[in-house]
Amino acid sequence: MSDAPSLRTPSQRIAWTATMVISALVFVFLIAPILAIMPLSFSSGSYLTYPLPGLSLRWYDEFITSPRWMNSLKNSMIIGVASTLLSMALGTLAALGLAQWKSRFKPLVLAFVLSPVVVPGVITAVGLYFFFAPIGLTGSYLGLILAHTALATPFVVITVGATLQSFDTNLARAAASLGASPLQAFRRVILPLILPGLASGALFAFATSFDEVVIVLFMAGPEQRTLPREMFSGIRENISPTITAAAVILTTVSVILLATLEGLRRRNERLKGGG
Amino acid sequence: MTAASLTGADSKTSVPLKRRLKRAERARQFKALALVVPLLLFLLFTFAGPIAGMLWHAVDDREVRQVLPQTIAALAGWDGKDLPDEKTYAALASDIQAARAAGTIAIAAKRLNYALNGFRTILIGTARNLKTVPEAGTARETLGKINPAWRERATWTTIKDAGGPVTSFYLLGALDLVRNADGAIVAAPPDQAIYREVFARTFLISLGVTALCLILGFPVAYLLAALPPGKSNLLMIFVLLPFWTSLLVRTCAWIVLLQSNGVVNDSLHWLGIIDEPLRLIYNRFGVCVAMTHVLLPFMILPLYSSMKAISPAYMRAAASLGAPPLTAFLRIYLPQTLPGVGAGSLLVFILALGYYITPALVGGAADQMISYFIALYTTETANWGLASALGAVLLLATILLALVYGKLVQGQQVTGGMKN
Repeated sequence: MSDAPSLRTPSQRIAWTATMVISALVFVFLIAPILAIMPLSFSSGSYLTYPLPGLSLRWYDEFITSPRWMNSLKNSMIIGVASTLLSMALGTLAALGLAQWKSRFKPLVLAFVLSPVVVPGVITAVGLYFFFAPIGLTGSYLGLILAHTALATPFVVITVGATLQSFDTNLARAAASLGASPLQAFRRVILPLILPGLASGALFAFATSFDEVVIVLFMAGPEQRTLPREMFSGIRENISPTITAAAVILTTVSVILLATLEGLRRRNERLKGGG
Repeated sequence: MTAASLTGADSKTSVPLKRRLKRAERARQFKALALVVPLLLFLLFTFAGPIAGMLWHAVDDREVRQVLPQTIAALAGWDGKDLPDEKTYAALASDIQAARAAGTIAIAAKRLNYALNGFRTILIGTARNLKTVPEAGTARETLGKINPAWRERATWTTIKDAGGPVTSFYLLGALDLVRNADGAIVAAPPDQAIYREVFARTFLISLGVTALCLILGFPVAYLLAALPPGKSNLLMIFVLLPFWTSLLVRTCAWIVLLQSNGVVNDSLHWLGIIDEPLRLIYNRFGVCVAMTHVLLPFMILPLYSSMKAISPAYMRAAASLGAPPLTAFLRIYLPQTLPGVGAGSLLVFILALGYYITPALVGGAADQMISYFIALYTTETANWGLASALGAVLLLATILLALVYGKLVQGQQVTGGMKN
C-alpha cells in the first residue's frame, strides 16, 4: 500500500505510515473478536479456551438437536420474514409518497418516520410493554412482528427513498405518454428500476429484526424467544460452546446479507456508470 | 392532464387552465400524502402511542385516589399545618375497611411506600388491626393507638401528595428531588438519591466511548478516504462485517476473549507479562471496550463520507501556497472534516446513551447505565412510574441531541448508517 496521496517529505511519509499502522491495529480490534470466537465452536472440549483440544461438530449437533435453539431459530425466521414483508409494504408506499409530496411539513413527517431508529430501544420496549399488555399483544407473535416492523420500516424508507432520488421521473412520464396506466407504469418501468433499492431495504429490515433483542426481552413469552434472546440468556447464565455455534450461524447469516447487499450496490453502480 | 393541456392550448382563457393545473397538482399531492398515511397510522399505534403512554405513566397518579377516595376528598380541604380533623380520620378508617374487603389495600400501600419508606407496614398493619369501624368521634384515637404514625403530619402529607390524579413525584424522583412536608422541592435523602449518579455515569461512559471511537475511527476513515476505491472497498469489509454482525455475537466474543481464563489473559500469561489473570470484564473496562467495538463503525462511516467529499485540490493548493503538511492538515483538511466529526460523535453518543444489552452483559453492578434501571423498574419491581420518569429524562436528552444531529447533517445525504 504505497499509493499514498502525495508523499514528498519524510514527515509526510511518517504520518502516512503511522496512519496505516494505527488503522491496521483498529482493523484487528474490529475483526479479531469475531474471528476468535469461530474456531471455538468447532472445539471438541467444553471449555472456551485455546489451544483447542480437538476438532468436532458436537456443538453444532447440540444446536441442531436442541428443541430450544431450533425453536428460537424458527421464531427469528418467522418474525424476521413477517416484519420484513410488512415493513416493505408500508415503507415502500411511504417512500413513494414522500418522493412526490411537497410540503413544509415534510421534514417533520420524515423525522417522525425515522424516529424509531433514534429512540433508545429500552424506551420503545417499555412503551410497547405498557401499551400492548392490556390488549393481549405481549407474549404473542403478532406483537413482536408489529414492534419489529416499526423498528425496521425507517431503514426501508431510507434505502428505497435513496433509490427513488436517483430515479429519473421522465421515465415514468414517458411510460404515461406511451399510454401506460399509472399501475402499469409502476409495475413495468418503475419497479424493475428500483428493485435493487427494495432488495437492500428488505435486507436491512430483516437484519434489524433478526438482530433485535431489547424488545424481545420485554415482550416475548417463552414461546416467542428468538435466537438473540436465547443467546442473551445463554451468555448471562454460562457461556457454553453451543452459544459459539449459534454465534457462527448468526454471523454466517450476516455475511450472506452483507455480501448480497454489496452485490446489489455494485450492480447499481455498474448500471449508473453504464448509463 | 391531457384534457387540461388541450383546453389550455386552444382556448384563450388561461385562468381556468391555471386553476385546473393547480387542482391537478393538489390532487397529486393528496395522493402522495395518502401513500404515507398507512405508515403514519401504523407508527402511531406501534411507536408514538406507546411512548406517549410511557410519558403518561410518568405523571399518572391514581392508585391512592382509587383505593382511598374518601380520605383524598377529605384531605382536599386540609391546609397541611396541623393534623387533619376527625372527619378525615373517619374517612380513612372507612376507606381502609372497604379496601381490605376489596383486596386493594396493597396497591395504595405500594405507591405510598415509594414516597415514604415504611408506609407499607403502617397501612397494611393498620388494615389488619382495624377490626371494626371506629365509633363516631374516636377514629383519630383508634388509629393513633394502632400506629403512632397516624399522629404525625408527614404521614398525612404523603397521602395528600399521592392523591393524584397527576403527580410530579416520579419526575422529581428521577432527578433525586422530593417534596418535603411543606411542599418545597428539596434534595432527596442520600440513601435514595442514586439517579443523578446513574445519569452522570451514563453520560461519562457515553462520552468516553465517543472519544475512543473518534480517536480510533479518525485515522481509519482518513486511510479509507485516501486510498484508491478498489483498496478502500476491500478494507471497508473490516468495518462493515462487524457492523453487520449481531450485537450479541460481538458481546459474546468479548466475554470469551476477556474473561479470566480467556484468550487475552492466557496470551499475556503465556508471554510472561502477568502471573495472575487480569480482571478485564464485568467492570468498566469491559463495558468501554465492548461498546467501543460495537459503535466504532457508526463513527467511521460518517467520517469516511465527509472525508471522501474533501477535494484533494485543497491540500495541493495549500502546499503550493507554501503551507507545511501539518499546517495544511490542521488549517485546511481538519476544518472540513468537522461536520463528519460532529455527526459521527453525536450519533455514537446518542446510541451509547440508550445502551442496555452490552453493559447488562459485560458490566458489573457499578457500570449499569440508565437503561438498566428503566428495565429493572419495569419488569422486576413494577415501579412503572419511576421507570417512565427515568425514560422521559433519557428520551428528552436523546431528542435534544437528535435535533442537533439533524441540524448538523441537514443537506448531507444520510443513507444506511444507523442500525441499533
